[in-house]
Amino acid sequence: MTEEFPWQHAFPPFFTLQPHEQTRVKQLEAWRSMILDYCQSHQITQFDVQEIGQSALFHNKTIQRRLSPEDLLVVLEDLRSHGHLEWDGPAKSRRKAHIYWRRPEEWGSLIYNWAQAHGMTNTVCTLFEITQGDDAQDQAFQGLDQDLLIKALKCLELESKAELFPDQEGVKFF
Amino acid sequence: MDRFSLSANGGILAAGEFLITSGDNVKLYDGHQKVKLMELVLIPGDLPLKACHPFQTKFEIGELHLTSHRLIWHNPAIESAHLSLPLPLVVFLEEETGGLMKSPKIVLHLAPAHGSGASPTANFVKLSFKQGGEKQFKAKLHDALEQKQWEIVVRQKARGPSASMPKMRTGIGGIERSIAQKSKLRDTEISKAFQDLEKLMEMAKPMVSLAKSISSKIRDRQGEVSDDETVQFKSYLLSLGISDPVTRDTHGTGQSYYRELAKEIFWILDQPLQESGGMMTLTDVFCRVNRARGLELLSPEDLLNACKALPEAGLPLRLYTFDTGVSVLQLTSHTQEALILKTKEALEQSGSLTVEELSKASGISVILAKERLLSAERSGAACRDDTVEALRFYPNKFLTC
Repeated sequence: MTEEFPWQHAFPPFFTLQPHEQTRVKQLEAWRSMILDYCQSHQITQFDVQEIGQSALFHNKTIQRRLSPEDLLVVLEDLRSHGHLEWDGPAKSRRKAHIYWRRPEEWGSLIYNWAQAHGMTNTVCTLFEITQGDDAQDQAFQGLDQDLLIKALKCLELESKAELFPDQEGVKFF
Repeated sequence: MDRFSLSANGGILAAGEFLITSGDNVKLYDGHQKVKLMELVLIPGDLPLKACHPFQTKFEIGELHLTSHRLIWHNPAIESAHLSLPLPLVVFLEEETGGLMKSPKIVLHLAPAHGSGASPTANFVKLSFKQGGEKQFKAKLHDALEQKQWEIVVRQKARGPSASMPKMRTGIGGIERSIAQKSKLRDTEISKAFQDLEKLMEMAKPMVSLAKSISSKIRDRQGEVSDDETVQFKSYLLSLGISDPVTRDTHGTGQSYYRELAKEIFWILDQPLQESGGMMTLTDVFCRVNRARGLELLSPEDLLNACKALPEAGLPLRLYTFDTGVSVLQLTSHTQEALILKTKEALEQSGSLTVEELSKASGISVILAKERLLSAERSGAACRDDTVEALRFYPNKFLTC
């Protein structure tokens, strides 16, 4: 299956980190949106840095360009600084990462909107119901990673829109 | 043997004469007969050696000195008696190897004596080296005979009074004297050489005007000239020759000198700059200016100062230093912005460019091409693709798309 990538992916300079500041900002921006789109379409929520470095995303075989491991880390760090990525395990090693194509807060508000729309405020529902339930069909968060879901709900908790049960099995929306 | 002379002052070197080498424990043979010196032979002035033959002596071993002119044999015990043999008399050298009871010897065959054809003495003398060293001595002697220093000095004597040098004994003093003498000689030779150079400089002006007249002739006949080589020759000539170069002598020192120099630089470089895209590295400028000036060469520092004085002199030429430290002269009509725009156009035209490709396409040096691409990148007009094969520059689509 051939991937659909934006034009930058076929532009050789895209695979060299640009020294010119403004250009670099634009370049990283392009990388960010490309990675997030890619992960979303492939339902990737966490990855091994080395593995993803080999993927078609970072290696364009047609123009024979690939992002070097050092530059890849720069790009991932940029993702992290924008809240789309979190290192798994010790941050120093930077070998595995969680990727949030939506940030937990965004997921949270998405789920809250959905809960409100379905009249689930002030009721208790299980986490299973949110990601796998009948009501959740056709929702973006269907099949969402458990860890990410909990993070999203914790964000709602902070906003006093929901309360997570201690066993982390159920949640109550307000 | 009668060709030797005995003198009390034999150890004193003549003008232009210098000590080459010395040997210890040398015996002198006249033919096959050993020569002996006696203390009694303390007669001042020159005397034929025959005079001393009858005397008995124990002094048969002496020191042998080789100078550029003579062989001098003497015994330190008889301070004032020196036997000297002028080198021109020696016609042929031979070596006698030593044996168990025999010292190695050098045989000197001498030219037949003038007048005294009836002389009973042999036509050769032998030098016996008891402590060896005859090989080296022979080689030195051979060299001295080849060089014929005595002839040179005779010629110098004929030329001027400077030949009368203070006289000095042999030994370390003599060696020092000979060294001093040599360096003096070298000095005069060098200053002579510089006199020649001055003459050449005097000739430079007519030469330059000649070149100018040729070039103007060629210019007049421009229509007829079609041959490529002639055209090239013309361009060489046109780029050559400042008839009246600005020097410190004519234009003083300090800023006024640099301003005048700046004018001259502009005059020389205006045309070449137009042709090469309005920019030239400072090294190229240095070469071109100095070639045009011919002999009145400029130092790099003077050139740099003159370039700094360009704006002051009100000339449309500027010294510009890139962030990388490369300095160039550029016409003010070709500003940095205009240049970046040009680079950008070139990039868009070809899609992407390496430094070499740009240098070829625009006919500029690789250094300049690199600077142009880098400054285009810095301004955001270009972006790079750094791979193992080459550093390639592309139009900056990141910012434009």
